[in-house]
Amino acid sequence: MEIVTGMSGLERWLRRWGVGALIGLAVAVAVGYYYSLHPLVTAAVLAAAIRHSTPLVLGALCGLMCERSGVINIGIEGQMLLGAFIGFLANVWTGNLFIAVLAGVLTGALLGLLLAFMSVTLKVDQIIGGTVINILALGLTGYFYTAGLVTQGKLTPIALGPLADIPLFGTVFFVNPPITYATFILIFVVHYVLFYTRWGLRTRAVGEHPRAADTLGVNVFKMRYWNVIIGGMFGGLAGAFLTLEAVGSFERGMTNGRGFVALAVMIFGKYTPFGAWGAALLFGMASAVQTQLQFGGRIEIPHQFIGLLPYVLTIVVLAGFVGRTRIPAADGIPYEKE
Amino acid sequence: MQTKLSSLWRAVSVPLFAVILALVIGAVILVVSGADPLRSYGALAQGAFGSGQTINRTLEKATPLMLAGLAVAFAFKAGLFNIGAQGQLIFGAIVSAWLGFSITGLPWLLHVPLCLLGGAAAGGLYGAIPGVLKSYTGAHEVITTIMLNFVALNITDYLADGPWKDDSPGNIVARTPAVLPSATLNEIGIIPIGFLIALVCAVGAWWLLWKTTIGYEIRTVGLNPHAARYAGMRVPKTIILTMVLSGVLAGLGGSIETMGVIGRFQPGFNAGLGFDGITIALLGKTHPFGVIPAALLVGALKAGANQMQFSAGVPAEIIDVIMALILFFVAAEMIVRWLIRTRTAEGEEQITLSTGWGAQS
Repeated sequence: MEIVTGMSGLERWLRRWGVGALIGLAVAVAVGYYYSLHPLVTAAVLAAAIRHSTPLVLGALCGLMCERSGVINIGIEGQMLLGAFIGFLANVWTGNLFIAVLAGVLTGALLGLLLAFMSVTLKVDQIIGGTVINILALGLTGYFYTAGLVTQGKLTPIALGPLADIPLFGTVFFVNPPITYATFILIFVVHYVLFYTRWGLRTRAVGEHPRAADTLGVNVFKMRYWNVIIGGMFGGLAGAFLTLEAVGSFERGMTNGRGFVALAVMIFGKYTPFGAWGAALLFGMASAVQTQLQFGGRIEIPHQFIGLLPYVLTIVVLAGFVGRTRIPAADGIPYEKE
Repeated sequence: MQTKLSSLWRAVSVPLFAVILALVIGAVILVVSGADPLRSYGALAQGAFGSGQTINRTLEKATPLMLAGLAVAFAFKAGLFNIGAQGQLIFGAIVSAWLGFSITGLPWLLHVPLCLLGGAAAGGLYGAIPGVLKSYTGAHEVITTIMLNFVALNITDYLADGPWKDDSPGNIVARTPAVLPSATLNEIGIIPIGFLIALVCAVGAWWLLWKTTIGYEIRTVGLNPHAARYAGMRVPKTIILTMVLSGVLAGLGGSIETMGVIGRFQPGFNAGLGFDGITIALLGKTHPFGVIPAALLVGALKAGANQMQFSAGVPAEIIDVIMALILFFVAAEMIVRWLIRTRTAEGEEQITLSTGWGAQS
């Protein structure tokens, strides 16, 4: 972080988030205009954007917890996939969606524990650690998956009383299934914990300068273990979202790169929960618009080119506006006690 | 002699025991899920090395894996994490297919190199994009290469389903026409020519990295970009060049797969090869000569997996589990060394490729 003196808080905020705010404003204006023409389509597209963004935000929160404490996690994809699979199996066996979600979250936590064991205790290179998790998840789910398992329903939207009656916003934000609500809450919770609590301060200290934190009596290993495990839970929840809330069943390799996109969303959002949310919404919005264009069927462009939209948009925004991201200083470096 | 043998033992013992441990744990999983491990592994070995034909298949499988692994390993040397080998590979594959079916009347000796060069160039150009973006805008290569993989998927899908589609009667799937015989890579005995090309590339990558000035610059940038800049090296140029060469290697992998194995481009047929490249680069400790045995091992597993599925009824995905375990044990050397009681070879540390994303240029 460049420390620039003689700048007001507003200036600093604008410097950091101005571009993001501008993009957000532009999207909001476009949405408002379109809403005045086609209210129903607009609401549907926005709801789809939320659906697309939920697993990405959760995945990004997973990465955030790990990397803020100094552990790179490129295994988000694997944590999602195995979480999705075990959540799905638990639903098949017990028929209880709550237990199923819990099973998914627990699976993520276990993989988080594995990542922490590899990167904190064994000091294995963290890129390798994440890759091990990705391949392991791909292999285990592929090996044990048998076609023809039937789930017992999936999580359904709950309307939040009078809030759901607000035009546009109500249907988009307050008529959602449980994991989506949980995601909204988690974004605020993670932000609060990271920036306003002792735990968060210690987490960031361990990710920036572990030796200094250690000197002051913070247990570096313990902080990293817990943060990576909690991160894993978010990854598992993202997986549970896919099988228990979005799709309702499991397919081999169903995460389809979402874990990697979540990684991009995390870096894009400058390692902050709200930044990640914004980035995920932008990506989700592009995906939703893309789907709408494909099935709206009024444009003579091959569908593959419309399909490029979210990815190209990410590259353009990243290259053109966001540029360099400051990364936690000790990210990826195992800590050796003297 | 004595010391030479023992240092060789130290170098080989860990990977060897890593494979054995992984196979043992894999056997436990097989038993738990009700399969017979001996029969399964028997079929696996049979399918990988049982006859001249299966050895040929193993080498065929190992070829694109070796090139994708070299691509990832090469980029690692400059501190770049190229997750985009997949995209570069399929661009190489489709461009060679196009050159292979659309140009007629060339002799084999001209047509084959032309297709290979075309594929390599396509991969290299596609690899240049994240390099340029990183150098001039600071966009992180991990994000851009991930996004470019999806972009490549869409564009090649469009080409294979649109302008370059196989319009022979009866074909409804998205695929290009078959490449002409003059653009086909054959075998010498049981050894595919493509495999020999991959070996040459491995030696070439090693030579470039350790015997040339460019290689020295690449490795310096990888170790410490700040020091490289103070020493007068042009870091942006080096980053772009590294990504281009990495893309060339991946693109060649796609070309050879098209010209020697699949015979055309068909979307989905080379799915995952680029990601396997990451595994292989890591298994080979990001050294070109480590990539060769790593690719052969994974190639053998992949070739044998089909046979195992066919004759022992075991899902082929078990080899992914075994691969993950091998990678784990190779990386977590201390576990293996403790188990077999060898000391670490002198001057050899556990692998670290990344000092995080933190090494910014």
